[in-house]
Amino acid sequence: MTLPLTDLLAIFPELIIAATACLVLALDPITPAPRKGWLAWFSLGALAACFGITSLQMGVRTMAFSDLVIIDPYASFWKLLLYTVSGLTILLSMAYLKEERIHLTEYYGFLLLALSGMMVMVSAADLLTIYLGTELMSLSLYVLAGFKRADGRSLEASAKYFVLGAFSSGILLYGISLLFGVAGSTRLSAIASAVSARGLDDPALLLAMILLVVGFGFKIAVVPFHMWTPDVYEGAPTSVTAFMAVAAKAASFGAFLRVFLEGLGGLKANWHVLFLALCIATLALGNLVAIVQTNIKRMLAYSSIAHAGYALIGVVVAGQVTADSAVRSLGLSSVMLYLAIYALMTLGAFTVVALLRKGGLEGEAIEDFAGLAKRQPIAAFLMLVFMVSLAGIPPTAGFIGKFYLFMAAVKADLAWLAVLALLFAAVSAYYYLRVVMVMYMRDPQPSTGLAPHLVASPVLTVVLACALAGVLVLGLYPDPLVSLATQAVLALK
Amino acid sequence: MIPLSAYVAVSAVLFATGLIGVLIRRNFIIVLMSVEIMLNAANINLVAFSHYLESMAGQIVALFVIAIAAGEAAVGLAIIIVVFRGRLSTNVDELNLLKW
Amino acid sequence: MDLLVLLIPTFPLVAVLLNGLLGSRYSHDLAHRLAWGSVGLSFLCSIGVFTETIRTGVAREVVAYQWIFGGDLTVNLAFLIDPLTCIMLLVVTGVGFLIHLYSVGYMHGEEGFTRFFTYMNLFMVSMLLLVMGNNYLVLFIGWEGVGLCSYLLIGYYFDKVSAAKAATKAFVVNRIGDAGFLLAIFLVFVNFKTLDYTQVFAQASQLSTGMATAIALCLLVGAVGKSAQIPLYTWLPDAMEGPTPVSALIHAATMVTAGVYMIVRNHVIYDMAPVALSTVAWVGGLTALFAATIGLVQTDIKRVLAYSTVSQLGYMFLACGIGAYTAAVFHLMTHAFFKALLFLSAGSVIHALSGEQNIMKMGGLKAKIPWTHALFLVGTLAIAGIFPLAGFWSKDEIMAHAFVHGQYALYAMAAIGAFLTAFYMFRLTYLTFYGTSRLDPHTAEHVHESPPIMIWPLAVLAVLSVLGGFLGVPPEAGWFHHFLHPVVTAVGAGEEHGGGVGLVMTLMVVATAIALLGWGLAHYLYSIRTEAADNVAAKAPGVYTTLLNKYYVDECYDALIVEPVKRLGLVWDWFDRTVIDGVVVGVGRMTQSGSALSTRIEKYVIYGALNVVGYANHLAARSWRRLQTGQVHQYAAIIVAGLFILVHLILAWWTGTSGTGMAR
Repeated sequence: MTLPLTDLLAIFPELIIAATACLVLALDPITPAPRKGWLAWFSLGALAACFGITSLQMGVRTMAFSDLVIIDPYASFWKLLLYTVSGLTILLSMAYLKEERIHLTEYYGFLLLALSGMMVMVSAADLLTIYLGTELMSLSLYVLAGFKRADGRSLEASAKYFVLGAFSSGILLYGISLLFGVAGSTRLSAIASAVSARGLDDPALLLAMILLVVGFGFKIAVVPFHMWTPDVYEGAPTSVTAFMAVAAKAASFGAFLRVFLEGLGGLKANWHVLFLALCIATLALGNLVAIVQTNIKRMLAYSSIAHAGYALIGVVVAGQVTADSAVRSLGLSSVMLYLAIYALMTLGAFTVVALLRKGGLEGEAIEDFAGLAKRQPIAAFLMLVFMVSLAGIPPTAGFIGKFYLFMAAVKADLAWLAVLALLFAAVSAYYYLRVVMVMYMRDPQPSTGLAPHLVASPVLTVVLACALAGVLVLGLYPDPLVSLATQAVLALK
Repeated sequence: MIPLSAYVAVSAVLFATGLIGVLIRRNFIIVLMSVEIMLNAANINLVAFSHYLESMAGQIVALFVIAIAAGEAAVGLAIIIVVFRGRLSTNVDELNLLKW
Repeated sequence: MDLLVLLIPTFPLVAVLLNGLLGSRYSHDLAHRLAWGSVGLSFLCSIGVFTETIRTGVAREVVAYQWIFGGDLTVNLAFLIDPLTCIMLLVVTGVGFLIHLYSVGYMHGEEGFTRFFTYMNLFMVSMLLLVMGNNYLVLFIGWEGVGLCSYLLIGYYFDKVSAAKAATKAFVVNRIGDAGFLLAIFLVFVNFKTLDYTQVFAQASQLSTGMATAIALCLLVGAVGKSAQIPLYTWLPDAMEGPTPVSALIHAATMVTAGVYMIVRNHVIYDMAPVALSTVAWVGGLTALFAATIGLVQTDIKRVLAYSTVSQLGYMFLACGIGAYTAAVFHLMTHAFFKALLFLSAGSVIHALSGEQNIMKMGGLKAKIPWTHALFLVGTLAIAGIFPLAGFWSKDEIMAHAFVHGQYALYAMAAIGAFLTAFYMFRLTYLTFYGTSRLDPHTAEHVHESPPIMIWPLAVLAVLSVLGGFLGVPPEAGWFHHFLHPVVTAVGAGEEHGGGVGLVMTLMVVATAIALLGWGLAHYLYSIRTEAADNVAAKAPGVYTTLLNKYYVDECYDALIVEPVKRLGLVWDWFDRTVIDGVVVGVGRMTQSGSALSTRIEKYVIYGALNVVGYANHLAARSWRRLQTGQVHQYAAIIVAGLFILVHLILAWWTGTSGTGMAR
């Protein structure tokens, strides 16, 4: 059997990333210690190349490997987003790992492996490939979460993430097996036709759907499948946390939306109500529990849960059968827009957290930010912008994201949901602004030799500049991203 | 001939066993085994459906799942070893540094 | 002219960027020159735009660039220049300029001098966007921007805990209002497919009354938050923790009037919704009266002024609510003059007394700071509505309009409010500047008149407070009304006065009498028989304490809203950490004895027929175990619980919509 060249060309970016990952893993032992940084730059080069290729593929729509893989603008949108955040994460890690004294270059290999898993996820047209991608991503992330081997919390995060992740993927797989039994195939298109033949009230179909909701709900951290998020986000190395919060969530959303719209689109009436319930629970719990957090990574974890809740509003809109199709696609494109924006601002916030050091320990307590505005006005200002954006205040990008989502909700006759989300957004201002308050309105803690200081380095500056520029430029000129998302949604049937 | 429902029933029982195992067992290794049981429950489903629907796809998926399960076990055992080094215990309950 | 329009917000923006990014590299002198210079240039441009508008008499739109587009939504970053905008521009940049100048003296030597001016300029940019925007979204950007600057400036003295709390309170309360505003924007878009004012108002007649009312009420929620009306006014008095120029600029002259501006801007929609309109009127009337009563007993000089601001904003709302939009804008303008004057002179007093704000520790300052005294007195006369100062004309017009249009209840509230205003303002004046000195001796030695850079802006404001009212003379037919006429033309507000000259004159006399009465009473209580005031307070201790504690509204809000929300977060948090751990301790012993049992059950399950009883047993065992074992198990159990909840949800959904709903 020969692999057709066209198929290989279609997944060229995935091949590059996977090959680079293997290369980095292989080269690691034979690279002399002072030159290990080169491997990171090498990874960045691979990402840049893939970015170029995927940009060229943007308008293309092809299937490959007998319909296991699909390359369409939808997949390309997510891939471009994933390259961007992975590139920024690598830059962030270069500075962060040095500070943490983690000198294992395997790190970049695993990062790229996780990325290739994510890429497979977003361009999968078959439940098998989705499962493969998910596992590739998750297995790499389990390892990454425990990368600070000297730190018990990091190991614990890894272990918890592993147990719960494996558990949830077991549930996901069982759902997939049932779906195979119902549809006779794991192709999303075949499943879609089986769904329309079977009707809405097939119990096996419904059970399979619910199991898939649980499996994906775990990956995107919606309540009540979110329990791992705060622990793992807190324990994992900050750069990995940023990567999980941003890239893993985006990729999971990418796969999840495709499965539920292309595969189970016929069951909208059913999953719509489930996501509505999950959305409200997620908004409520994420926003309320975030208020009482004292560790900034935990706070951001709850914030990321809350943001998944906002994004679900768009999914609910997409599943609103009474709305016309234009509104439903607006809901979808809003989700994509929102996640892209969320990615930038969250990455920025985590970068500032990674920046703040306290005498060799991590400056993770929100109290450690006290008086940052006096000591480090630029870092404080950056954090201010990211917090303001996360709270959804114009003219930052966070506002644009929420604006589109809520607009979609109102158009789909879900104004009450928009109101609810707006109220929770008002609550969220409280905890985001608390960080600002601590930075700007509290005196720095007396210098005990453990006063937090900043780790400045050129690569971090680049990361922060990109995130800041993204948050501000997309706030003032969101059009390119909006049209990209709109174009991507059109590809999704 | 054994009816399809029998396979599905066995698979459901296995799945429930695995699920409950994850929920109640404390030993990390047994938890890992329970997860594997859940995956195998899915495998039984896939193969049985594959046979009755006369489609090879299910069996191929099952093969992939077996491979992934092996990978998962490898990663899981590696994590257990590192955790064990630090705590001299494989009790999942003792993972309690991170909470509230 | 287009360039001129675009330059107006650009100057302060440039100053923000320079001071914000490079401010630490150069001297304070350069920083403040940049700051007030940029605002001054904006003011000059505004005058240019204003004269151009008078000359041509047409509204124009200037598009900076396309902000959001794609699909059916197009929003430009664009400006609408019409008479209403011109008035707001002149007020904002003019008063803003004077306050910036004043701040140079007031903030001299304060820590974070450059930071202060950066925020102030950022505020100017946002406020200019707010009043100049040609669509709701630009308005909203400005709206949030001023809120953010207000937050940062209230918390300027970050070593004060109360300041930080006040800042957060202001912000969160405003966010509640903003939620309403944003919803109104969505409703507008859904109904009109556009967010541009001109297009929306052109099509407004197609709106059903119900929808118009809904939009108007949502807008009102936003306006109530920003303009500190009942029930969201509590943040404004607390906001006085900020530096005094901030109180003058943001919390008196400009930002808090944004709500009034928004209602006037949307008067087309309000005119179609009588219910919403009368809600506006009553919110305004009640606030005017309510805040005035609280103002009677406050002892902090800035808090008295804060409550008077709330009260005066109430008058503007009342005016909007009875369709007197021109009068509302007129009062907005005169209020900006005299309230900025009052706040800045109060600042001058505080400056002279090295930070003392309690009027019970003042007194007899007239001789020591004569200029400040004279200027403050002008402000007091103006706000009290003494003929012929600015406050008289604008307030009288509102009251007359209410009376002529048969809104006697509202008229009565406004009249009582006016009486109280005169009373508490003169009380403030007497306690501060007259009588015997109650200063503590240490402060008394250092009392000094403020430097010229602080007095001159005050003098300009005083002149405006005296003469500003004549722009609106004769009532309802002055230059001001003719100028604004094109904007509010659809209403016909002020078209016919109904009353005739005799009634107008009578109402004017009555208004003056009311003001004089308030003055007289204050004079009697605080100048002639100074012990009488205490007697009055002593005779009605309940009333006095209630007023002093601002009707306990803050406490109510805390108890009813703030605490429950916090507690909810805590409960969840507590659940996460305590229930599980608590139960572990509580039933720890049970674990031991139960382990044999559970092993048996496990065997039973693994080997076994998963019959109903066994399963139920196991479920029970599991839920016990779940509670005892640790975190990971608990998490997994919650995942499974979530799974069951989803199944039940689907089942419930099914039975709820049996057949037809599902089949669609």
